[in-house]
Amino acid sequence: MSLFPSIRFRLAALFQRSELRTDLDDEQRSHIQLRADDLERSGLPRPEAERRARIEFGGREKYKEEIHASLGGNLMATMIQDIRYSLRVLLKSPGFTIAAILTLALAIGANAVVFGLLDALILRPLNVPNPQTLYTIEHGPDKSEGESYLDYLDLRDRNRTFESLILYNIIEVGFDTGANPSRSMGYEVSGNYFDALGIQPWLGRFFHGADEHGPNSAPYMVISYPYWHSRFHDDRGIVGRVIQVDKHPFTVVGVAPPSFNGTLLFFFPDFWAPVVNHEQFGGGDVLNIRNEQDFIMAFGHLKPGVTPAQAIVDLNSVGAWLEKTYPKTDAHMTFTLARPSLAGDLLGPPVRGFVAALMLLAGLILLAACANLGSLFAARAADRSREIALRLALGSSRRRILRAVFTEALLVSLAGGTLGLFGSIALLRALSVWHPSPRYPIIVPVAPGASVYWAALLLALASGFLFGVVPVRQILRTNAYEVVKAGSAGVVAGSTGRRITLRDVLLVLQIAICAVLVTSSLVAVRGLLQSMHSNWGFDPQNAMVLDSDLSMAGYTGENVPAMQRRMINALQAIPGVTSVGLIDELPLNGGAPNEDVFTDETTDMVPAKAAAHTINYKISPDYFHAAGTTLLRGRDLTWHDDNNSPAVAVVNEEFARKMFGSVDNAIGRFFKPEIGTRLQVVGVVENGKYWQMTENQKPAIFISFLQSPANASSIVVRSNRDPQQLAADIRTALREQDRGLPFELLTWSDQLSWALVPSRVATVALGVLGIMGSILAITGIFGLAACSVSRRLREIGIRMALGAQRREVLGAALGRAIKLLLVGSVAGLLLGVLAGRVLAYLVYQANPRDPFVLTGVVVAMAFLGLVATWIPAQRALSVNPLVLLRED
Amino acid sequence: MNDQAQLLPGTLDLLILRAVSLGPLHGYGILLRIGQISGNALLIEQGALYPGLFRLVRQGLLKADWGTSDNNRRAKFYELTAAGRKRLREETKSWNRLAGAIASALGPQPEQV
Repeated sequence: MSLFPSIRFRLAALFQRSELRTDLDDEQRSHIQLRADDLERSGLPRPEAERRARIEFGGREKYKEEIHASLGGNLMATMIQDIRYSLRVLLKSPGFTIAAILTLALAIGANAVVFGLLDALILRPLNVPNPQTLYTIEHGPDKSEGESYLDYLDLRDRNRTFESLILYNIIEVGFDTGANPSRSMGYEVSGNYFDALGIQPWLGRFFHGADEHGPNSAPYMVISYPYWHSRFHDDRGIVGRVIQVDKHPFTVVGVAPPSFNGTLLFFFPDFWAPVVNHEQFGGGDVLNIRNEQDFIMAFGHLKPGVTPAQAIVDLNSVGAWLEKTYPKTDAHMTFTLARPSLAGDLLGPPVRGFVAALMLLAGLILLAACANLGSLFAARAADRSREIALRLALGSSRRRILRAVFTEALLVSLAGGTLGLFGSIALLRALSVWHPSPRYPIIVPVAPGASVYWAALLLALASGFLFGVVPVRQILRTNAYEVVKAGSAGVVAGSTGRRITLRDVLLVLQIAICAVLVTSSLVAVRGLLQSMHSNWGFDPQNAMVLDSDLSMAGYTGENVPAMQRRMINALQAIPGVTSVGLIDELPLNGGAPNEDVFTDETTDMVPAKAAAHTINYKISPDYFHAAGTTLLRGRDLTWHDDNNSPAVAVVNEEFARKMFGSVDNAIGRFFKPEIGTRLQVVGVVENGKYWQMTENQKPAIFISFLQSPANASSIVVRSNRDPQQLAADIRTALREQDRGLPFELLTWSDQLSWALVPSRVATVALGVLGIMGSILAITGIFGLAACSVSRRLREIGIRMALGAQRREVLGAALGRAIKLLLVGSVAGLLLGVLAGRVLAYLVYQANPRDPFVLTGVVVAMAFLGLVATWIPAQRALSVNPLVLLRED
Repeated sequence: MNDQAQLLPGTLDLLILRAVSLGPLHGYGILLRIGQISGNALLIEQGALYPGLFRLVRQGLLKADWGTSDNNRRAKFYELTAAGRKRLREETKSWNRLAGAIASALGPQPEQV
């Protein structure tokens, strides 16, 4: 039968059903009347005759069911009937229903959110044609994504396995369209970028490889759709307009399609500009320096039929050629491939690890929730054993009863799933508009789509079956006769044995999961608190940071330090400002300039001979004062350390110890940077955090911006004044210096919140999961305890009647629940300590062996146990043996 | 009661067809007729008749109509259709074959004597 007539037939059967039912009723009644007539004739009084006739007839409902079952419309009809019946049953115990739905909503919601993340960050490839052949190149043993421009050119021209090698680099420029100069972040890319990716313009055209004719030859720019929308208000006349980028004229040639937002998942660029114009973006002459190997990232499509392994062999042969040809600059030129969407191995493994761990935890929570609901349903089935037995006795089939139980489970799971899905959609929406960094256009690209809905639906159905299955055996085993005869005790007798049941295992598992979650969230919270109060090597309190880049306003050469000095002086003059200091890149702000340094004796300055790899800051004389960094030995930089004086540096403790053995030894000693003259150490400052919270202590050097100019300028303004008023004064002071200089002004603490994002995210996620785990553990233990108390009420009553003490009663009633709690907690604690080690990568100063954490977990679990067993314990203790024993 | 035999599965339909083949009957009448022709040797729960009747009507072997009984009660009367008559003939034949085969299999065998 094809689908449509089949449905029509079933629908028709559905409507004819009531008609059929009355017909059957009439017929059965007529039969009984006829039989009663006969019986009456044989001498029975009429009422007795009718009673006998009814008994002889047998189960009328049962036969009607049988008839309905032989009808096609039966499936739908009984389904609706089942649903109506289940709804009635569920509504009769609203507490149980709400608890079950909420439990599931939490568990499924959490899973949907994590799945949304998984889908967005890992499962979904970049939104470009043929993303599966797209690979990014990494080199060296530490899988660095950076290459130098010259190396890129050689790789591009000498490899035989990539269709076309693309490069991109994130840059920040000053945009001036006539009014309101602003900063903007985008990519500088090779000319072949759009062609190689196969992207078509939304408006205008893209630039091509053919547009590149040497340095500064391609003043073109493509802007992204969101930027076109927000900054240019969808103005179609933008194509062909000239805008000032860092005071250089660039022509906007086109707008990228809305579906294309660059080649990193989480970083949406405002624009794309050709890398050959790098110098105009305040970048200096990097294009011609071969050992500037942190410069760009290279990726591309493999040629059809080429495997990643073949590509690596090919790249390595180019690498060998590079090492041989440029021994001074190129070392470790062995290559690996990675997916470009998460910047290869820079972010891929931690993000993947974090999401996978979350998925695992969320999955465990759902499993725990199912275990929980399964035991709740089993307990209910036990409570309802008399009802079930009666239904069986009255002729209902076991299948029908099982179907009712499953319908109930599915109704609960679908309701929970829907609720959870709505919650997760709201949360994912909030995540997708969240901007964790005040400076970078970083987003979490989650868009709750069909895949999330399907995942939630499947999870709901699967969990419904999972916990619906638990009471099945119990129902199949119900012996109607025994139950009706002996009361509910008859059914449960079989399951109160000493052996370990599936339920026990599930509960221990669940408690262990909960303990793991509690342990890890405590570790994370503790670590976060400690990192907030740890020594960063500077003091972000009572300081504001003004972030700008002088190249964006067209300053070059000697003008840069001169303008920086004017800015410092102007800010210094603001009343209430105690000190002002400039640094080229604030610590913990996403990047830190770094380079190799050599001992003074080294003559052959190749990477292999480097004495240390150090972070290299350019600062103004008063920076340490303004930043609150303590000078340990020697002197600070002064305004006299300029081009007319010997080159000097202040170094941190770690650098002093690493290069010269000790802090005292360092003063007055010399070392060599990669480029430029030897530097003399004049002072040593305390250690600090530079790149990220969780880094191992790194060496750092500080050079005067007068001796080594830098365009990037973050100026720290220390003052006890109210930040808002101070900000207004700073803005005025800066406008007086240059109206065209785009800048950002934030308190240092706000600026820093970015650095804490990973540990914050981890802490919040684990905290939420921990709370959910705790709720589930409480309901699980509560379920078990309540169930075991109600099953053993009679036994408790007898014991009390025979003089048992409260302690013994409690032991009898709750001993099992508490034993399971103990086993689970210990297992969970041990696992949690192991998990904490993983956490140490994400959360600064996460230490699972912390006595605070260990005590916290024990207290938390004990508290959970107390909460969960309180009500059942009260019930057990309030047993009145007299009443109880009289009842049955 | 215990001297009554349980019905073999599938035989109820055959008995109904046979009972109705002698003329239209209502459900209760069919029961009485089966009792009469089988010498009250078969145990049939009264209600169990109706699913069987319903099944046969749906298969088009019987047709049913409301009418009035001898003692003026409204009742549903069943009657054989042509298909029902044909089915009864076939089933009777195959039943006899089966019964004969089983009877001879269970009867006294020479080597057992």
